[in-house]
Amino acid sequence: MILTIAGKELRALFASPLAWLVLTVVQVILGYGFLKRLDDFLQIQSQLAQLASPPGVTELVAAPTFATAAAVLLFAVPLLAMRMIAEERRNQTLTLLLSAPVSMTEIILGKFVGLMAFLLLIVVLVLAMPLLLVTSTRLDFGLLAGLTLALLLLAAGFAAVSLYASSLTAQPMAAALIGFGLILAMVFMGETAGDSLRARGWQVPAAFAQVFSPLKNFEPLGRGMIDSYAIACSLLLAAGFLLLAIRRLDGRRLRG
Amino acid sequence: MNSTDPALTICARGLSRSFGTHVAVTALDLDVRRGEVLGLLGPNGAGKTTTMQMLTGNLAPSAGEIRICGIDLLDAPTRAKARIGYLPETPPLYRELNVREYLNLAARLHRVPRADRAPAVANAMARCGLTDAGQKLIGTLSKGYQQRVGIAQAIVHEPDVIILDEPTVGLDPNQILDIRTLIRELGDKRSVILSTHILPEVEAVCDRVQIMHHGEVVFSDTIAGLRDFQRGRTVTISLHRPPGIDMLRAIDGVAAVAAIGEGRFRIQFAPGSDPSEALVRAAGTNDWGLYQLTPAQSSLEDVFVHLTRGEVTS
Repeated sequence: MILTIAGKELRALFASPLAWLVLTVVQVILGYGFLKRLDDFLQIQSQLAQLASPPGVTELVAAPTFATAAAVLLFAVPLLAMRMIAEERRNQTLTLLLSAPVSMTEIILGKFVGLMAFLLLIVVLVLAMPLLLVTSTRLDFGLLAGLTLALLLLAAGFAAVSLYASSLTAQPMAAALIGFGLILAMVFMGETAGDSLRARGWQVPAAFAQVFSPLKNFEPLGRGMIDSYAIACSLLLAAGFLLLAIRRLDGRRLRG
Repeated sequence: MNSTDPALTICARGLSRSFGTHVAVTALDLDVRRGEVLGLLGPNGAGKTTTMQMLTGNLAPSAGEIRICGIDLLDAPTRAKARIGYLPETPPLYRELNVREYLNLAARLHRVPRADRAPAVANAMARCGLTDAGQKLIGTLSKGYQQRVGIAQAIVHEPDVIILDEPTVGLDPNQILDIRTLIRELGDKRSVILSTHILPEVEAVCDRVQIMHHGEVVFSDTIAGLRDFQRGRTVTISLHRPPGIDMLRAIDGVAAVAAIGEGRFRIQFAPGSDPSEALVRAAGTNDWGLYQLTPAQSSLEDVFVHLTRGEVTS
């Protein structure tokens, strides 16, 4: 049932010009960044060769591309998710799902999976660029795997937050702004809050604050380091906001 | 009434719903059996849509219980919802899908097994006159066709209970007749609740009627009962030599008399009695010069207005 709803969401995304626009813009920005860095890398390659253990193309070209992709997702995900619940409420099509023998959890998870399938496509396109270099150079596949996983986890967190934002209002544009605001607040405040808590020696609240620091959790995997706490925090963020979205949808049935 | 009666497909008891301080529905009881079409009638804001939203699990009641084919809707919502087909006031249509894709989605959401899906969709399209529209995008269809797609969506999974909120709104007269025939057909084997404020529609398709006003049921009976109610209620009597109005009031079974000029009176009967004969006899013995006695042109509209407006004035 989750897959049925996910399929419907994916269809709806591709039926709207917005999704295609987002794909195009993201690809143009990232493609330009990638080529620029590749160019820079080729310029300094001879100097790098003189170092004892020079950083490779994966570190110098692929990693920054993934970091840019993370920044672009911050804008793109709220836009992609804004319609998912808000517009269904505005057009009163949510009734079809609510009247069907489907639980609230299945509805939210279905929408989340549909959105993630689309985001997976973006991640694959990002990954494809460094992979194209495989014929001409040696790539660090471990680091690439880490970067891909980090970007997917980040996307999952953003998607859950944006989906929750979409459940708060019947105006898609307002939903996008709320989602964007929430993510941005977490990116800025989550990190500084964690740092200042740690500076005071409050380890437990600091560890808790890390759940709300998506970029901080992106970073270790982005360096090719498996930090199980950062991964757990990313998953917790996504799960937490999905739970909030489910409760919110159920609340509408109760409150009307 | 026994709520375990197997023929009883919808059984609601003491259903109430309030939004903040506004009470939309109070202590509503509702029973529908298999093979029955129930008309839910009432002016706008009477609580019809709220009632239907509660019966379909879209809105949680503040109090009361609902059983669909014996399954508690609040305890086992998914099992109960599988038995229901619902057409809300605004059909829940995805404009970017074509008719066949949309009905296929509705069938999947209602857990129609894969093998049965294509025939179920074809059947629903045929019944709603959509066979030629399968490839058309819903967004490009006219209002009438969209309404038909909405009905098709409610019946595609062959539910035991079909709940239609104003199904004929926006249709042209021919389409209205088609949809009424369809509802009648559906009502033979299943249970249908339909809300409307078009009164002839109720007469044409419903077996029973509940009239709602201010969130309460003010009238609940069969269509025949409703006809009796309207037929027996008032007569207009015309007399050449009218007596004092008190003489008319004194006749057994007369509830109220209103003089409407030129020796004509509108006489309202007490519930359950018909004093027409006594009126004629009294006119004969007292030589009032009776020249006309007609049932007041009391249509369903009059009954409706009497029930829904009379409540306010009395």
